[in-house]
Amino acid sequence: MSSNRGAAVRFESVQKSYDGETLVVKNLNLDIARGEFLTMLGPSGSGKTTCLMMLAGFEPATHGEIFLNDRPINNVPPHKRGIGMVFQNYALFPHMSVAENLAFPLQVRGMDRSEQERRIKRALDMVELGRFGSRRPAQLSGGQQQRVAVARALVFDPELVLMDEPLGALDKQLREQMQYEIKHIHENLGVSIVYVTHDQTEALTMSDRVAVFNDGVIQQLSAPDVLYENPQNSFVAQFIGENNKLTGEVTEMNGGQCKVRLEDGTELVADAVNVDGVGGKTTISLRPERIEVVPTDQHENHVEGMVEELIYLGDHIRVRMKVAGNDEFIVKVRNRGERWDLEQGQTRTIGWSARDCKALDAVA
Amino acid sequence: MTSTTTDQIGASGDGIMRAADGTPLKRSLARALRREKLRSFLLILPLLAFITLTFLMPIADMLFRSVENGIVQETIPRTVVALKDWDASSGELPSEEVFAAFQQDFTEAFKNKTHTRLGLRLNYDEPGMSGLFRKSGRKATQLEPPYREGFIDIDQDWGKLETWRVIKRASPSLTDGYFLAAVDAERTSDGLQMKPEKERIYLYLFWRTMFLSIVITVSCLLLGYPIAYLLANLPLRTSNLLMILVLLPFWTSLLVRTSAWKVLLQQQGVVNDTLVWLGIIDTTSRLELINNQTGTIIAMTHILLPFMILPLFSVMKTISPSYVRAAKSLGANDWTAFWRVYFPQTVPGIGAGAILVFILSIGYYITPELVGGTSGIFISNRIAYHISTSLNWGLAAALGTILLGLVLLLFYVYDKIVGIDNVKLG
Amino acid sequence: MKLKLLLLAATASFAATGAAFTEDLPACDNCADSMTVVSWGGAYQNSQVKAYSDPYSEMTGTKFIYDESSNEAVAKLRAMNEAGNITWDLVDVEGPDAVRLCDEGLAMEVDVDEILAKAPDGTPPSEDFGDSLISPCFIPQIVFSTTFGYRTDVEAWNGATPTSMCDIFDTEKFPGKRALEKRPKKNIEWALICDGVAKADLYDVMETDEGIDRALAKLDTIKDDVIWWSAGADTPQLLADGEIVMGSTYNGRLFSVIAEQNQPVAMLWDYQVFDFDGWIIPTGLPEDRLNRVKNFLYFATDTQRLADQAKYISYGPARASSAPLVGKHAELGIEMGPHMPTDPSNMKNFIVNNIDWWSSYSDDVDAKFQAWLAR
Repeated sequence: MSSNRGAAVRFESVQKSYDGETLVVKNLNLDIARGEFLTMLGPSGSGKTTCLMMLAGFEPATHGEIFLNDRPINNVPPHKRGIGMVFQNYALFPHMSVAENLAFPLQVRGMDRSEQERRIKRALDMVELGRFGSRRPAQLSGGQQQRVAVARALVFDPELVLMDEPLGALDKQLREQMQYEIKHIHENLGVSIVYVTHDQTEALTMSDRVAVFNDGVIQQLSAPDVLYENPQNSFVAQFIGENNKLTGEVTEMNGGQCKVRLEDGTELVADAVNVDGVGGKTTISLRPERIEVVPTDQHENHVEGMVEELIYLGDHIRVRMKVAGNDEFIVKVRNRGERWDLEQGQTRTIGWSARDCKALDAVA
Repeated sequence: MTSTTTDQIGASGDGIMRAADGTPLKRSLARALRREKLRSFLLILPLLAFITLTFLMPIADMLFRSVENGIVQETIPRTVVALKDWDASSGELPSEEVFAAFQQDFTEAFKNKTHTRLGLRLNYDEPGMSGLFRKSGRKATQLEPPYREGFIDIDQDWGKLETWRVIKRASPSLTDGYFLAAVDAERTSDGLQMKPEKERIYLYLFWRTMFLSIVITVSCLLLGYPIAYLLANLPLRTSNLLMILVLLPFWTSLLVRTSAWKVLLQQQGVVNDTLVWLGIIDTTSRLELINNQTGTIIAMTHILLPFMILPLFSVMKTISPSYVRAAKSLGANDWTAFWRVYFPQTVPGIGAGAILVFILSIGYYITPELVGGTSGIFISNRIAYHISTSLNWGLAAALGTILLGLVLLLFYVYDKIVGIDNVKLG
Repeated sequence: MKLKLLLLAATASFAATGAAFTEDLPACDNCADSMTVVSWGGAYQNSQVKAYSDPYSEMTGTKFIYDESSNEAVAKLRAMNEAGNITWDLVDVEGPDAVRLCDEGLAMEVDVDEILAKAPDGTPPSEDFGDSLISPCFIPQIVFSTTFGYRTDVEAWNGATPTSMCDIFDTEKFPGKRALEKRPKKNIEWALICDGVAKADLYDVMETDEGIDRALAKLDTIKDDVIWWSAGADTPQLLADGEIVMGSTYNGRLFSVIAEQNQPVAMLWDYQVFDFDGWIIPTGLPEDRLNRVKNFLYFATDTQRLADQAKYISYGPARASSAPLVGKHAELGIEMGPHMPTDPSNMKNFIVNNIDWWSSYSDDVDAKFQAWLAR
């Protein structure tokens, strides 16, 4: 791991168990670069929050070592780690005003008063709450509280900030707005941020890299676009974005591509991303927007499907079809103002490119 | 507003807003509200009646008893009138007319068997009066003029100035005597003054009650706070089990509890035996843990601990662990995180617990009576004594009124310092 | 002194078979069929149930409800009287309380010769009860005394045992904790006697402020060694636990520690203080209930019944004519005579509770005493 010296955070073979019987985090190895925005994404119980808590120092690692700027921190208490943190429910101290909340980390560091005031003002201005210093948290709206929480985590200039589902309590519109704000703050300040969420949109919008957690293991660690375009396994493909699954068996390997025979006998050509070789079972992953209802010769795969349901969604039409025995097969047809002669009950040929469909590990 | 609506509910020619049926809007609103109010009133009526009957009226009765003194005028009305002209400081006995009036009053009182009651009342002011009235009994009814000599014949005390001064002083139908007695003062022939030092007790007991109640409250807080914290942060199943242990004293009968304390705390008790066995103290210097202030403090802390723990627990339960985590992530060490972030949020619980414990302990009397010996008893023990043994209910009422006043005063002070809305039971 | 005669007569225990009086019980017309009797609970109430109410129930079918409220009887009766709802029919109280209740008009005056049974030899009750009739409202039952018990196994005493009441004040010879009642009554008398006041001058001395001061000064000499009790059960318990080496309590309580529980405890009868305990009838009872009470009292205070009670508890019957009939303890088989406070050998020195004096001065002395205790 010497090549990773200089990482802001490094997890080395970290394991965590609460009950001594099952591992919540299984052998985690992860490097987070300075200034990086890394998101830990996964369903609840996948181990992502536990990782964050271990990093913050609230949970001890059962095995392995965590490094902060190359310094092992397993035995460093949380208050000496110098990590800013934004909590799911903000954890603003209800008995203190906004300014007092922000002053807290500065006071415990023994900073003199004028410096405190300067920094509090700067932090409040950053989140556009300059006038709210004397209010109590309870007198603020959810979004304002959220911004105070961010300002408080940043006011003492930590190099690393942890965010534990900080936007979970906000409504959709506010959430999207805050996503951009946090992203901009990150860009402006250059701090490293480790962000935990179960919301994939949030993860894709904000992150430099996303670590997809499932079952205590990082399934894939990639930039958002890679995650979407090139999922490494079926879980990631399924978890990130919308996805069509087709199960079959590899009949032929051909360089980066393979032929797959589906259960009803249909043959498809797909990118061989994660297959065991000829004869192995596989699940093909295919994004709904990559399917053409009027296929051309450029599309290697042509398949018959029956239209089961049409849903008009403005910018696109969502078509549910029955394809190769799978009646949850979704096709998104862009609305270009043309009239598509799609009708319920119609059987027609659809198609897609081989590079748009990935042959991944088989799932039950 | 469209024209159709103004037709229906709008200003009529005289400028008064009217409802659809033409009644002025204000009146119809008032009627609707009145019905609402009446309904609310009927809903609280049973509780109101209950509280008035069982709480307010007894308190009012107590307040009244502490100054009520109708008995003298009722029992010896003629004497009271006759005594008006007597100058108590003249150094001379009341005139024959007073004695004659008194003889008449006394004869009537004897017939109604109220003369001894008056004696008991006057005995509060001057020891010996009850015996004087009882002994004079039948003899006084058979007196012939001159009455003055007759009375003095029955008992020399009738010839004492002090006897008649006491009667004259006690004549008004309202008295401040009970309140004076409750603060160790008295009204003598020389005017208002404190009682001799040797007889002062109530002010001292009030002070001691306050002091011990504060000590008990503080020790409940010191013991209860960590327990409540532990309970609030344990898994539900474990904390429920421990909560049962906390509540156990509630469900133990007083007798069992008292016996247990005795077995534990007396000089030949478990605690002392253990300390001796461990070699911490010598068997000749066993600790006195019961029948004194220590006993009262230990036993009352034990009884009242749940009243501290429960509000603390319910407040702590609502404090998310993320506050302390946030404080720590912001650089606070364990102590700072506790003291500046956790503790201030438990203040409402502390307030509620402390008020509960303090007020309960101020009024406790059974436990101090049983384990407090002489140095650990409260003012309530004297109140109980005057209620059930000496039957001086007036004095008991005065003491109770002062205690009530003290509690209200403390409430007021607490409200000024901490704020009464800063009290949370959960 | 008439009282002394009574007390002596009560102990002249020659065996005699008690004449059964039951056949003389008058018929009860217009009588309630149940009675609420107030007593002290415990062994004492039990003796009343066994000696009085059980046999009476058997004969008349009257239902008895016992209320163990005697120690707060005065306050409760006053409250009942104010509320105008007397629920008690017959109340067992100590002499001073009876005087108090009578003074307050809460107890009914009774003519004992009219409502109680004569002695077997025809002596009228007023004579038979004699000086125990301390108040016109009081129907006496027993003579009891407050006296001292001490542990017989105290090593620090080097084999010595207290022989005089004044040994209570001798902490040199008899070191250890003592128990005294948390009330001035009796303690003041004992202190003064041990300070050299003659028994005859006792209440004259006590009537002066100096007298009380003198008594308190005497008590001061042992104040640090005293545990103050308020319940009758305290001293026996403390003695049994070895918490105290000596203490005052009621003689019946000590009897049960010594004879029933076989604790290493002995009695010190010196300067025991006699008191009476008996019945009062609350004023204002409806006629049917009053009739029942009177009928019951006729039975329960006759010579045989009072003697019977001593089978169950070591208190002396208040009727002179009952004394010869006192026999053995119902369960232990002990001859009860020597355990009676009125036994001549137990009565070399004694005081009789001066109810008149205390009823006038107890408030005042109590205030001084409590102030002294609190200091």
